[in-house]
Amino acid sequence: MNKYTVINPHEPFRVINTHVRNIDGIAKVTGRAVYTFDVKLPGMLYGKILRSPHPHAKILKIDYSKALEIPGVMGVVTGKEDTLGVKQGIWRRYKDLCDEQILPVDKVRYIGEPVVAVAAITEEIAEKALDYIDVEYEVLPAVFEPMDAIKKDAPEIHEGFERNINVTRHIEWGDVEEAFEEADYIREDWFKCGGQAHMCMETRCAVSSYTPDGKLTIYHSNQSPYYMQALMAGVLGMREGDIRIISTYVGGGFGGKFELDGAIFCSAVLSIKLKRPVKIVYTREEDFIATKRRTPMYYYTRTGVKKDGTFCAREAKVFTNGGAYTGMGATALYLTGFFHSFPYKWKAYRYDGYRVYTNTLPSTSMRGFGAPQAMWCSEQQIEWIAADLGLDPIEMRRKNAHEEGTIIPGQATIASCGIQQCFDEIKKWIDSKGQLPPNRAIGISACGFMSGGIFNWFDTPYSFSSAVVTVNQDGTVELNVGAQEIGQGSNTTLAIICAETLGVKVEDVKVHSGDTDFNPADLGAWGSRQTLMAGNAVKMAAEDAKRQILEFAYAQSGLNIVYDLDIKDRWVHAIARPERGEDFVKVVRRAIRGKDGQRIVGRGYYTPHRKGMISPAYSYMLQAVEIEVDEETGKIRLCDSLTAHDCGQPINHLGLIGQLEGAFSMAAGYGYLEYMPFEDGKLMNPNLVDYKVIRATEMPPANIAEVDTYEPEGPYGAKEAGEGLTNPTAAAIGNALFRLFGIQIKECPIRAEMILKALKEKREKEQQGK
Amino acid sequence: MEKKVVVLNVNGIDYELYINPKTLLVEAIRDYIGLTGTKRGCDTVSCGACTVLINGMSIKSCSVLAVQAEGYKITTIEGLEKNGKLAPIQEAFLDQGAYQCGFCAPGMIMSSQALLNENPNPTEWEIREGIEGNICRCTGYNSIVRAVQAVASGKYTEVKS
Ligand code: FES
Ligand code: FES
Repeated sequence: MNKYTVINPHEPFRVINTHVRNIDGIAKVTGRAVYTFDVKLPGMLYGKILRSPHPHAKILKIDYSKALEIPGVMGVVTGKEDTLGVKQGIWRRYKDLCDEQILPVDKVRYIGEPVVAVAAITEEIAEKALDYIDVEYEVLPAVFEPMDAIKKDAPEIHEGFERNINVTRHIEWGDVEEAFEEADYIREDWFKCGGQAHMCMETRCAVSSYTPDGKLTIYHSNQSPYYMQALMAGVLGMREGDIRIISTYVGGGFGGKFELDGAIFCSAVLSIKLKRPVKIVYTREEDFIATKRRTPMYYYTRTGVKKDGTFCAREAKVFTNGGAYTGMGATALYLTGFFHSFPYKWKAYRYDGYRVYTNTLPSTSMRGFGAPQAMWCSEQQIEWIAADLGLDPIEMRRKNAHEEGTIIPGQATIASCGIQQCFDEIKKWIDSKGQLPPNRAIGISACGFMSGGIFNWFDTPYSFSSAVVTVNQDGTVELNVGAQEIGQGSNTTLAIICAETLGVKVEDVKVHSGDTDFNPADLGAWGSRQTLMAGNAVKMAAEDAKRQILEFAYAQSGLNIVYDLDIKDRWVHAIARPERGEDFVKVVRRAIRGKDGQRIVGRGYYTPHRKGMISPAYSYMLQAVEIEVDEETGKIRLCDSLTAHDCGQPINHLGLIGQLEGAFSMAAGYGYLEYMPFEDGKLMNPNLVDYKVIRATEMPPANIAEVDTYEPEGPYGAKEAGEGLTNPTAAAIGNALFRLFGIQIKECPIRAEMILKALKEKREKEQQGK
Repeated sequence: MEKKVVVLNVNGIDYELYINPKTLLVEAIRDYIGLTGTKRGCDTVSCGACTVLINGMSIKSCSVLAVQAEGYKITTIEGLEKNGKLAPIQEAFLDQGAYQCGFCAPGMIMSSQALLNENPNPTEWEIREGIEGNICRCTGYNSIVRAVQAVASGKYTEVKS
């Protein structure tokens, strides 16, 4: 079904890039894995949240006395009575971007916002209690679209934000006016990019347990236990060290689970009040209406090129629908502007982004982090420009593409880049397909992505990633990381790096993650950071441990000091004479004795330095998607696809394939299925019947051509994989439609009625022409 | 509503429960029997995370009442392995990396098993139809299809025996 090809494979490793089963696999395929959803503690209560029915309203009065009379109801909390009213946000460096009280004290700003939380001995009783709570609101005028919210007379959503503009971003290099002067052809377009629900299979949930010693333990489904610990400490007025976050197995994240949510906050506030464990699990509907979503954007882009297809200048203006609060949306605003330039060289580039508050579900990061929107607009416009000029779209892209050593002024330097070979592979594949059946066409789209962000708006004093490697006397290894496993396979990837570096087998390495009491701080799983950043920390820690073992082995060996020692497959040996060696366990045992009984402990960390503004390294990819369209119904069917992909040196072979296939399914959903219609601030399809995600019958082959490069900043040459591939697909589908019918769809997700309308307009135009 | 004694046979064991007759099978399995391998992902019978086998056929356990399952043989994800030996479909999921976060995996594996019970040699399309009711947000399904194909090809029965 799927083809997986490797272009320029590197030297063989012992563990890296071999077929390693996911180390959490047994737990996951046997039902043993305990998710937050499954946690049950003695004496546990169940919480439910009463939510705002209004998009914008003042909370005047809350009366929950009747609810408290219901047998089994144990307590109620409100923002005003039971919280410090701290306005929090993940951009902690910037006070005014900390704008969200999870239980608001006096005002609600979107439908579904938490207002009151109840705990009871069963979930049913808690649910019933919600009906007995009276909230008096003063309804305020609301605004739902950014273009309306920036108008002078629009309702004010947060105090002090003129025209509801929450954040602005400016990126510029080169002389834009001059570069446009050089262009022979200039094209401008407006696009609209939809939102998208993260739709993690495990909905938001938490179990909080506060004990009289002043400690709070929270089981929580999230992408960054350290962020949760720090943010919760902030809103509760506690010390980070008195809060323990446990997130062993997490049922998906996709960018939606590294901010505080109502489940963690309300369960903690209830538990502190009642001194009992409290569990809150969001229903699927709550997960749709009261979390956050991919940021919807209005995109204006203007591009100037020479007759021969050389890119000169680009200028973009973006207005995003920020919804009610900032969240990670401020980062998405920056990244969309940066990746809108990718993967091409522009003599001059200018981007202005405006994130606008509205009375809708807040928008934030989601897999791709602003780049899928950027590519939807960029890659379609580039395709149209090639057609306008009569140029080959692949060759036009190729001649402008990044390469090793490309400098993006003030932003980044590209140290590894395999995109040229990606063009070769895609071209070959398209050629091999020959004449396509009628109603079918192939569209292509290029992009790149970051390998972890450099920015520290969270304002942490800790290094970005840390790891501790401990070698036991029997040769088993404990790897403690703050990096978070959310299904992307980071535990396995990090175990592989540890095993390869230390010279042991994967099954020797036990990974400990998802628990702030026992693991070092780490920013967690977002922005494709863990393979490179946590990977470097693990490599450093393993090297540290290895050095201690080898020093001891060296002292014992009596070898000439020009010889080097190494460990591979649990065998400590001289590199020049691999047969001369000794069993790893024996050496370790003696080395521990030599250290007066201390276990061998290696430490590692990673904090990026001198790597520009965005990321230490960039992945590259080009994707081709073959679609079929039914002209009667406007329905799209995905038939086939190939992604040529450069992630440096692949580390976790199975994990990589899984990530690329999975990203494709989510990206395709963004392209043509996952529509989020709102009416007066209300999401109209908050369930899995009406909100469509890709099903097994809709998923085409996701073939992969892996172009291996070497990234000097990454562990063993590795960089991002799995998030970036959410970026190209929507545009590739759009480009296939353009190839097939010559229609230009400027709004995603592409819906059948849009295709029908475009086809009708086209027919009418053709008739007029006759 | 008056509570009632219900006997459920799950993974070969009879469990006597004293429950509200409106209790869903998935609630009985997870909350009363305590087998939490079976998951829930929706409130609209749309995701398949709660899939179990009833007399070998797949059923979404959020769509039936516990009382309706009385007298049948119910198999959950915990019942597939025998004496610590994984079922072929579980081995195949491991080899193909047919799960990521793993939250859909119990339901997905049960749907795959039901499909293979009914049709030991499914075509690719039959596999896709067989798991259409199960949502996986992580994998993109192709690795799951490969895992089912690997079992159908007999890869795991030979090794076992
Ligand atoms: S829980 Fe979603 S189908 Fe049963
Ligand atoms: S593995 Fe995460 S939903 Fe399927």
